Amino acid sequence: MEEKTILERIRNQFPAGVKETSTSLGDEVVVIDREALLPVAAFLRDRPGEFTMLLDLTCVDYPGEEPRFEMVYHLFSVSRNRRLRIKTRLGESDLRIASLTSLWKNANWLEREVYDLFGVCFEGHPDLRRLFMYDGFEGHPLRKDYPLRRRQPLIRLKE
Amino acid sequence: MLTRLQKQARQDTMLLNMGPSHPAMHGTIRIMLELDGERILNSEVEVGYLHRGFEKTCEHRTYFSLLPYTDRLNYVSPLINNLGYVMTVEKMLGVEVPERAQYIRVLMSELSRISDHLTCLAAMAMECGAFTAFLYKMKAREFLWDVIEQTTGARMTTSYIRIGGVRADLHPGFDTALKKAVEETRLVLKDVHGLLDKNIIFLNRTRDVAVMSQEEAVSFGWTGPCLRSTGVSYDVRKAQPYLVYDRLNWEVPLGERGDNFDRYMVRMKEMEQSLRIIEQAAVRIPKSSRAFIAEGMAPARAIQESRRQRVRKDIALSPNLEGSEEARYPDILASDKGFVVPPKEETYTTIEGLINHFKFFMRGHGLRPPKGDVYFAVEGGNGELGFYIVSDGTDRPYRLHLRGPCFHIVSALEQLIRGRYVADVIPTFGSMNMIGGELDR
Repeated sequence: MEEKTILERIRNQFPAGVKETSTSLGDEVVVIDREALLPVAAFLRDRPGEFTMLLDLTCVDYPGEEPRFEMVYHLFSVSRNRRLRIKTRLGESDLRIASLTSLWKNANWLEREVYDLFGVCFEGHPDLRRLFMYDGFEGHPLRKDYPLRRRQPLIRLKE
Repeated sequence: MLTRLQKQARQDTMLLNMGPSHPAMHGTIRIMLELDGERILNSEVEVGYLHRGFEKTCEHRTYFSLLPYTDRLNYVSPLINNLGYVMTVEKMLGVEVPERAQYIRVLMSELSRISDHLTCLAAMAMECGAFTAFLYKMKAREFLWDVIEQTTGARMTTSYIRIGGVRADLHPGFDTALKKAVEETRLVLKDVHGLLDKNIIFLNRTRDVAVMSQEEAVSFGWTGPCLRSTGVSYDVRKAQPYLVYDRLNWEVPLGERGDNFDRYMVRMKEMEQSLRIIEQAAVRIPKSSRAFIAEGMAPARAIQESRRQRVRKDIALSPNLEGSEEARYPDILASDKGFVVPPKEETYTTIEGLINHFKFFMRGHGLRPPKGDVYFAVEGGNGELGFYIVSDGTDRPYRLHLRGPCFHIVSALEQLIRGRYVADVIPTFGSMNMIGGELDR
């Protein structure tokens, strides 16, 4: 019984924030508003599913669509052995979303990665810097409008 | 530009760089340490030296042709990367894989897992001064890689596991080679247990060093042997069984304290379990009724012949295609023609085969999963190796994201070495099994 109610419980708890719930290829998906991310994530981590692990956090770029970016979070519940996907859309003009560093520790690096490769700003992140690229790198390489073979100017070595 | 550590550092402390080129920083990673004497007050881990734009590259490649890139993620166990990617695409397409191919996949991924653990522990032991253990483990890894090489044709860049099955059937001498490799590995594991388990030097550097609690490990997204060393029983092979893992008997070894020694011990025990899996799978694998073709017509002649009449004779494929004869397709590849490379015999001799071949490889044709997104994970050497693929219905992934297990593990390094000695960085970092290709992608 409880298997089916996870999505329902999120819907009941956040009637305004949750836009859509569905199941795609066996994965449960919740689409929420950007503002609802932090409360929904905190709710999911503690109750009802005990999603204590943030498996993954990434972003997908849909140029030409509005809002343009889609954040994708994968949560995992060790005790109940189930995954959940949270999606939320971000507009290009206001590319900000709440940071999850207060809930999960690996969100620190994951959000730095997304900031680096997509340019999404995470509010409340303690140390938002590039992770893979170097300081002085221009642009965000995983955006669709970043050319595959674009060259970057050489920068001076670090002292 | 000053880094965070440089800005925060106290005046009376010393800043020291470990890496990016340091013998104990497997691959390239830079750890900046703020030291008070030998004590680490703070540290900052800098990654990205091996960033090759894997995800960006994959967006510009077809589902079939990006497979070789996955070899280069965790380059110690490339077969598991192949498997993770391939099964994600199969989940999207809904492909049924023949049973024999599933067993081959299990065999191959367990061989890779052992070689992955061996490499990690060998490097860790060597950095702690146990050079003999290093050499023993490298020796065992060679036996395993011999089996992999004979089957896949390559030691590391295998690209063996294909969408719909595997590239080629097992070679005739596989059972003997596998038996030898398993025996040798067992002996090495016994030797290594004897060398390290009660070795006081090794114990001093690993016991109760860099202890991770269960809650912290979960909060950091740790998976695999590192998570299990803290006592959390989560293994993708048990939790969400894929392939034929649920039909085999094996256990999930757990640690108690979550320190460096437990991470070593869990890996050692896991290798024994993997050997168990291999032995069972080698017995239970459905036998192939098809004999290897000893002689056949050369492809060039077959093409000439086919201009006059339909060629019915066997065709001798090049040694590179050994084991992937058309007769073997039912054993090793999915029956649906659209998902797998058409057999070479048909391509060489019939016009339909040639058309099928072109249709498979032509731009805009070939594998086109339906629109949507999918996440699938397998148990890699380091933990949950997940692929998140977004398809827009074309022959290239719209977005492909890899959940590299050691990304999450290494992100906890700063916390683990805080307050410890410089020398503790080495076994701690060694026990994490950081793999640059997977971490930096």
